[in-house]
Amino acid sequence: MTKETLRRRERLDRGVKVRADTIYAVSSAKEALFLVAPRAILIVALLAAPLIAPNLYWQRVICLIGVYALLAIGFDFLAYYTGLVCLGGAMFIGIGAYMAGIFNMYLGLDPVVTIPLATIIGATICTLLLLPALPLRGVYFAIISFVYPLILARIICATNILGGTDGLYDVDILLNVWTNQYLILIVVLLCCFGLRKLVNEDIGLVLRGVKDNDQAIRASGMSITYYKAMAVFITALMGCFGGAYLAHLYGFCGISLFAMDFSIFPLAATVVGGPATLVGPLLGTIILIPISETLRAFGTLRIVFYSVVIVLFIIFWSEGLLNWGRRRYEQFERWVRV
Amino acid sequence: MGLVIYGLINSLILALMAIGFALAYSVSRVPNFAHGALYILSAYLCWIFLNNLGLNYVLCIVLSIVITSIVGWLIYELVLIRVRGMPTSEIIASFSIGVAILEFLRWQGLRGGTYTLPVFAPGTIYLLEVPVDIQRISVVGIAVLVTVLIWLFTHYNRIGLGLRAIAQDERAALMLGIGSDRAASIALALGSALAGVAAIVILPLGNITVTTGYEVLIFAIAVCICGGLGSWTGTIVAAFVIGFAQILTVTFIAPHYQMVVALLAVILILIFKPSGLFGTQKELEERV
Repeated sequence: MTKETLRRRERLDRGVKVRADTIYAVSSAKEALFLVAPRAILIVALLAAPLIAPNLYWQRVICLIGVYALLAIGFDFLAYYTGLVCLGGAMFIGIGAYMAGIFNMYLGLDPVVTIPLATIIGATICTLLLLPALPLRGVYFAIISFVYPLILARIICATNILGGTDGLYDVDILLNVWTNQYLILIVVLLCCFGLRKLVNEDIGLVLRGVKDNDQAIRASGMSITYYKAMAVFITALMGCFGGAYLAHLYGFCGISLFAMDFSIFPLAATVVGGPATLVGPLLGTIILIPISETLRAFGTLRIVFYSVVIVLFIIFWSEGLLNWGRRRYEQFERWVRV
Repeated sequence: MGLVIYGLINSLILALMAIGFALAYSVSRVPNFAHGALYILSAYLCWIFLNNLGLNYVLCIVLSIVITSIVGWLIYELVLIRVRGMPTSEIIASFSIGVAILEFLRWQGLRGGTYTLPVFAPGTIYLLEVPVDIQRISVVGIAVLVTVLIWLFTHYNRIGLGLRAIAQDERAALMLGIGSDRAASIALALGSALAGVAAIVILPLGNITVTTGYEVLIFAIAVCICGGLGSWTGTIVAAFVIGFAQILTVTFIAPHYQMVVALLAVILILIFKPSGLFGTQKELEERV
């Protein structure tokens, strides 16, 4: 009888990672570089993208990447840090866009004013609309957030308010391509790193508590509804900013901004990029948007593509890109005999 | 009088849409967000068999329901079984499967007009001087039949009793040798078959469109939430409440607001009685 050799894979932190976690991070260039390099590469690559983009078309794609990235980061934050699965990214985009359109067309305000105003008022409206589903766990939030964009689009069609099916098509257009791109990219970077900071603060701990054991949070005398509303508000701010920005980018806002794309794409980007990382969704967006742009000729087949990608990643590679990359970056593996 | 009769029919339509979702959810605790997609899929398959292959209508119906239930079973066995117990992934996975099916059908050219199933029998009869077409009568008949069959199945059949046991207390059922995964896959298949039955009975009244798929999903979940997730009596009662509310709005306000009614019902329920009309989940009540 041959002796069976059992082996298992052992994972250990790299030395440089261990040192970089502590005060030694500032002691040598190598450790500092280890910490700074991934972040710096991301920031520099994003900021350099507009310079590399060959023509107006790809510059538009960069703007779109920004908008979708905001949605995806927001989705990741809500789903994996607060436990609310939001199937209604289109709601944030649509409400933000219509707010900007209303302020711009009916009140004649300048885009410099309408975008911030639409962001804040739109986010407030979204939060209020979603409030009834917040005290509960389970599918309630998912289904309610899924219904709103469909209903809002239908109400606008049926009552013919706000331009009805034609939409508002005289919204001011942001003309300068450079401000367009850098505005959205800088906002994306701020949101991404801001949220990463936020979830490591005390409030991040509370939010994760809301996700994992909300009764413990209540027992500590904190209102789960309040914290969930706060998380929804933050996400809605990002989504509504994206919407208001899109309205001014296209000079148009219509019911197409309540479309399914905005709801399903954040899921795909998050699942591909790596859930619960906040940067992962951004990477996912950067990868998926150019692919889906080449699929634009196939119409709604793009949505099928996103959905299939989601299912495949959930089955076969649920950790996603960034979680995997991070493990490879920080740890090494070896086989050891048991 | 017309209001009462059409309210009744509308309620039973909602009940038919919701009962598959309710069955699958109460047994497996996996919210099947692909429910609306399966509904449309079965109608589409039936249309294909009927018009492209020219089969007998009864054969088409049986085939499409069987295939839908196999699809439901595969969805569970291939995908949902791996994410069961992780609420976020459950929702994401089943929702994206549903979207994939629906948007694929849309890409195939499924929109309006040409895609209609024939009614079972043409003609209209007068019930207390209210004209009702025979298709709507058969909706009522089949809804009642399905409800009775499910009741019999879950009370007098070994497998059905097993499903009910899992729904009531999963651990105790496991101790008695009822496989949780097996029960869940049966429930998903049965739920999908019920979606197929609903589609084939209801859709001759209208067109097969992709939007209907999303609407059915919303109505089904709205009815289940109002009735209390996991409660089958509640589902039926809630279907009546929402059904009559919808008919009243359609008659007295405007025909576009059926979905708004469903949403309002859900919101009111969540505010005032979050466990639903007949909900059994006491912990939901304590939360608010």
